Amino acid sequence: MSGASTPLAPGGEYAAVPDGPDLPAADLADQAADRDAASTGVWHAAGKRMLRDRVGMVTMVVVVLYLLVVAGSWFGWIASDWQAETGVSYASPTFLGKVENLEALGGAADGAAKGPTLDISDVDPLAPRYREWADRTAKTDSGIVHRAETLPFGADKWGRDVLKKAIKGAQVSIFVGLAAALVAVVIGTLLGAVAGYFRGWIDDVFEWFYSIFTSIPYILLILSFAAVFRANPVLAHAGVLTIIAVLGLTGWTSAYRLVRAEYIKHRAREYVRAADAIGASNFSRMFVHILPNASHVILVRLSLDVVAFIKAEVILSFLGLGVPIDMVSWGTMLSEAQSELVIGKWWQLVAAGAGMAVLVTAFSLFTDSLRDALDPKLK
Amino acid sequence: MFAYLLRRTWQIVPTLIGVILLVFFLFNAVGGDPAEQLAGLISNPEQIASIRKELGLDLPAWQQLWIFVTQVATFDFGNSWATNESVAHIFQTRLPATLTIMVPWLVLETALGVVLALAVAAVRGSLTDRAIMIVCTVAVSISFLVYIIVFQWLFAFRLGWFPVQGWSSSTWTNLTLYAPLPVMLAVFVSLAPQLRLYRSFLLDEIGHDYVRTARAKGLSERVVMLKHVLRNAMIPILTNIAIQVPTLFVGSFLLEVFFSIPGLGREIIVAVNRSDFPVIKAATVYLAMLTMVINLLADVLYKAVDPRVTFK
Repeated sequence: MSGASTPLAPGGEYAAVPDGPDLPAADLADQAADRDAASTGVWHAAGKRMLRDRVGMVTMVVVVLYLLVVAGSWFGWIASDWQAETGVSYASPTFLGKVENLEALGGAADGAAKGPTLDISDVDPLAPRYREWADRTAKTDSGIVHRAETLPFGADKWGRDVLKKAIKGAQVSIFVGLAAALVAVVIGTLLGAVAGYFRGWIDDVFEWFYSIFTSIPYILLILSFAAVFRANPVLAHAGVLTIIAVLGLTGWTSAYRLVRAEYIKHRAREYVRAADAIGASNFSRMFVHILPNASHVILVRLSLDVVAFIKAEVILSFLGLGVPIDMVSWGTMLSEAQSELVIGKWWQLVAAGAGMAVLVTAFSLFTDSLRDALDPKLK
Repeated sequence: MFAYLLRRTWQIVPTLIGVILLVFFLFNAVGGDPAEQLAGLISNPEQIASIRKELGLDLPAWQQLWIFVTQVATFDFGNSWATNESVAHIFQTRLPATLTIMVPWLVLETALGVVLALAVAAVRGSLTDRAIMIVCTVAVSISFLVYIIVFQWLFAFRLGWFPVQGWSSSTWTNLTLYAPLPVMLAVFVSLAPQLRLYRSFLLDEIGHDYVRTARAKGLSERVVMLKHVLRNAMIPILTNIAIQVPTLFVGSFLLEVFFSIPGLGREIIVAVNRSDFPVIKAATVYLAMLTMVINLLADVLYKAVDPRVTFK
């Protein structure tokens, strides 16, 4: 691995070049130029490889767009009013035009007056005041809003805009995926680094820990954690943090496995021994010297985990074990979609399903490109 | 061989102890006092008191742990908190339904996966190969939920080829009437990742020298693929199948929920929703044990497939 030499001097350049007195200045300058040309850092080289990869670049743009939407929704710039009931119940998407909407008609018919209105102003003693009341009614806001017949991507049962809902759902699902992956990778990296660096009995203990977590079928592990976290009076009301904790605490094993293997490999390398010789502490050798050289492995694992956890969140939320009921995620949208499909309202299913499929495809392909770009052996 | 088996079995012990400790810690320390959770579930205070006594909640922690260990050892997790049905009985009655779905799934998925991977690997690098791989990548990205919702709606509700959901007491009716749609769905969804995996196993083998030798001595491509490549690729393929065997018993939660199949997976989901701890605890511990045993058997199986493997 060519990256192994970089940590001696950040930036991949060797600072110490013997300044021989017999070398003319011009030669030195040439040498310096050669050196700069030859020693591109591992990240720089990876960036170059990434730029050449067309699939990688396109998918990266898609992923970045999604992240921008998440950020926009996070700060309340878009879709902050997703709960507003702007359309009629199950308003159809605009591109379909007005189609017969029995659900909305049923609701409207209930509110409308039944039978012809009789003019009884001749006998009604309150008749002189009709006009006054009508004026005052017009002045006050009765709370009845005009509901749109169609919305850009249709509406759900309560008339909420499906497009805004999908954006808000994306925010929750992607945030859970990112946060849980970060938790899992940080735990896995710390445990893997300590186990692989120190070996001996510490390694044995961590390996034992690893074997426990991997011997329980993964879905059962998640469900066990979800069950006790839901039952715990404190953790149950932590909102979206509960599911992040469940996924993060159960999903660290693959990161641990990889990081431990990297540390075992690097521990005996010359640069780590050199760091030891100049008096670097264990901590410094582990996290200043070895970690940057294992970081590409960690980065790839992180993006694989993000995809896996987004998928897991969707399924857990569908089962009612994920995000709290006052939030919307792609999983909760899909759980509504099941009964909607039977009455022919397909747009929520498509919005959540397609939103997720595009992101996951792009993210997976991006991860493949990232892995190729970060592998210095592939030139 | 015998020494190997003994040593491997011995290695299971610390892991098993760990699993028991983890489950005990989770459910007794993190899960909180069952009396609080059961307040909504069971109105009878005597029953709650008896559950507390059964778990030894008033005893010190090590005695509670001992009670849990005895439960594991005697296969007696008591009764479900929600239905008062014995946990052992729940397992006995729910497992057949799960296996009715999962065994046909594993057989079909493996058979189709290997055959299709062979076909794709034979035309590797071609347009067909690349198209199939792209389709697989996209297919994997769509949530299992979306597949179930759409397939159930299309094939059962709209076209009426299958019942929307249901289950009967006759295994034959189940296999022929209720199982086909869920099995088809499960195979369809798991085929894409398996195909990609098996293709990569086959391609790893195709690069070896013995394949070139086989071609050089004039063997047909068919013989090379089926006799030489496939046999060697069987080793990682078998590992992969062995990894999937424990899931046979867990079942597919989502399929069982959607199709109202009275299997173990649905029972566990219901238990999680009701905080019915005995059922979840039993499922976690026993399925972990089962996984360890199956992994051991898989290791032994390699010997039969790969003569290079020696038991040390």
